[in-house]
Amino acid sequence: MSECCAPVAFEPPIPLPGTKFSGDLRTIALIGPPNSGKSTLFNRLTGLRQKVANYPGVTVEQRMGRMAGIGRDDLTLIDLPGLYSLDPYSEDARVSIDVLEGHMPGTPKPDAVLLVLDSLHLTRQLMLAAPVLALGLPTMVLLNMSDLMDARGGAVDSLLLAQELRAPVALVSATKGTGMDAIKLFLNRKSKTDQSPLMLPVLGNAMSTHRWAAQVSSRTGYRAPLSAQASRRVDAVLLHPVWGPLLFLVVVFAVFEVVFSIGQPLSDGLGDLLARVGAFATGFLPAGWIRSLVLDGAWKGVTSVLVFLPQILLLFLFIGILEDTGYLARAALIADRVMRSIGLNGKAFIPLLSAYACAVPAIMATRTIENRRDRLATILVTPFMTCSARLPVYMLLIAAFIPNIGFAGGLIGLKTIVMLSLYVIGFLAALATARLLKSSILKSSETPFILELPQYRMPTLRSLGLRLMDRANVFLRQAGTVILSVTLALWVLANLPVQFGTAGAHAPELAASVIGRLGHFIEPVIAPLGFNWKIGIGLLSSVLAREVMVGTMGTLYGADPATQSQTLQTALHHDLSLGGAVALMVFFAFAMQCTSTIAVVRRETNSWKWPALQFVYMLVLAYGAAFVTNWAVTAIWG
Amino acid sequence: MRVLSSLVVGESGTLVALDLPPGVQNHLMYMGFVPDARVKAVHRAPAGDPTVYSVDGIEIALRHETARAIRVTAVRVDAEGELPLPAKSLIEPEVELLEAIR
Repeated sequence: MSECCAPVAFEPPIPLPGTKFSGDLRTIALIGPPNSGKSTLFNRLTGLRQKVANYPGVTVEQRMGRMAGIGRDDLTLIDLPGLYSLDPYSEDARVSIDVLEGHMPGTPKPDAVLLVLDSLHLTRQLMLAAPVLALGLPTMVLLNMSDLMDARGGAVDSLLLAQELRAPVALVSATKGTGMDAIKLFLNRKSKTDQSPLMLPVLGNAMSTHRWAAQVSSRTGYRAPLSAQASRRVDAVLLHPVWGPLLFLVVVFAVFEVVFSIGQPLSDGLGDLLARVGAFATGFLPAGWIRSLVLDGAWKGVTSVLVFLPQILLLFLFIGILEDTGYLARAALIADRVMRSIGLNGKAFIPLLSAYACAVPAIMATRTIENRRDRLATILVTPFMTCSARLPVYMLLIAAFIPNIGFAGGLIGLKTIVMLSLYVIGFLAALATARLLKSSILKSSETPFILELPQYRMPTLRSLGLRLMDRANVFLRQAGTVILSVTLALWVLANLPVQFGTAGAHAPELAASVIGRLGHFIEPVIAPLGFNWKIGIGLLSSVLAREVMVGTMGTLYGADPATQSQTLQTALHHDLSLGGAVALMVFFAFAMQCTSTIAVVRRETNSWKWPALQFVYMLVLAYGAAFVTNWAVTAIWG
Repeated sequence: MRVLSSLVVGESGTLVALDLPPGVQNHLMYMGFVPDARVKAVHRAPAGDPTVYSVDGIEIALRHETARAIRVTAVRVDAEGELPLPAKSLIEPEVELLEAIR
């Protein structure tokens, strides 16, 4: 028995920097109950940035990374969804068990386990230790959040615990980074086979496992830290029958006001700056088609989307605060009553809320929903939630068409109200569709609602900052790839066929170009909605991703000599009726214009049938609603 | 004998048995809802349902119909939200009831 396998609590010598060890381990799995901090530890050990937040069920699929964070690039660490026991109750827990058993294609079977337990609730968390230790894999038990346990007056004798569990135990804090040396030492072990595996009480029986866990925790002197009085006091307000919902509404209104009153000026400033940079930089290019391609094609198209970065980051900041504090689980609790009336359960509300950022991770997050039919219904309605890619389209059209009128003494603007209404109609469409599905093709018996509420935590500036940075990266990459290619292609199509006249070769009139002809060809289909042919091209391009629409508009109006000198807002304002503009926003609220979402629905439902049904349903709804909107708005204000 | 759903907010009970389908029951037991566990109703959602119960130091929300299938013996009403006091402060009949169960 080498010294690192002995049942001892670690007070490890600090290994020399740069020392490489050569153990037999290759793949290590992180296992633990939900919300015990596995992903935070994963990020710490690998140096990667896997999403972390304060609610159970953030991680829904396995993620692999090299353990570069502690200088062990030769080892692969697998982050897994949390589980309460080895009897899977939901799809995400199934993933963990498949990986552990080596049944997950593309993921190697782990040959050691880091069992992450939340030291604030050790007795209950130890229940998972029994079945995991019985697997017989080399296992190290990590008591995470030990800093919080100490601070709140909890205690445990980790030496005794190591003897009880016959596995090394270390007190760690993934957030603070303490205890990582002990993990390094454990990973240095030679042998893949464990020392004599622990003989446990009756396995698979929750009652006896619990009794065992309670005995172990009392024998090891575990003293649970003072419970969450602070969280309870906060909940006494946030779950109050009157104050709770009222506060929620106030916060929502405030967020939208902030997106407008702070985000809009930032965005306008950024727009001015980018326009000047573009004009200045392209001044060095020779006048003619190259300058036109760079400035009117690429730059105008890409920057017309880029300017919305401030608003998107503000929205993500808000969603980040919701997720990191632990409020999201409370929102699910409050929403359970509404969700039940449409045949779903409050848990479905968590993916729906996170879809305000993006539908793709939200659809993945439905894996936490235990009932398959409930999960499918949630997947099908998730794209109705107003994702951040719709924001640039809404912001552009609202800024161009909705007058600046204040209500309630200027506290709430008409623009905010229009924006909020768009969010509300998306949400209502999701609820109505879910109700329709649950009362027809996806009928099922009710599944119980069981949700663990995490304690409130103060979000750290670091974690919020990292989220925003990651989001900005995604946004910039999208602008630099998809949107750039689309705008370049559009510019080319807008300048073909080259015409030869008395003055030499020149671009055709926009309407006579390839893109113009294509636009005019589809115009009759969309004319009843109040859209012109340029909007039609925009809609076609937005199937790639919604925000591409704005880039397309930027390029098309930029390539047209008549509107070249105007800002995109002004150009749109003169080219589209109010009815058409509102109808366009309504169309975006309902239509499923996103290839990534289609792909993820195909993957999660394992069939083309569901994404096809969803696409057609949403398209028909969007068309019908836009038609009615155009007609009504034109009749009233036209 | 009472059911969990009948606890008012602030009231604690000792869990006696769960009468739920095996999958759900097992899941709940791994979350800490095992016989003899002390369960306390700590909040109700604004709409009156679900209710948040604290067990083993964590808080878990359950709907009325799930909580109705969990049998408990009520321990004592406690308005302060503090941990229940030792057994001597229990109301007499309930002490007898607890002892009878043991």
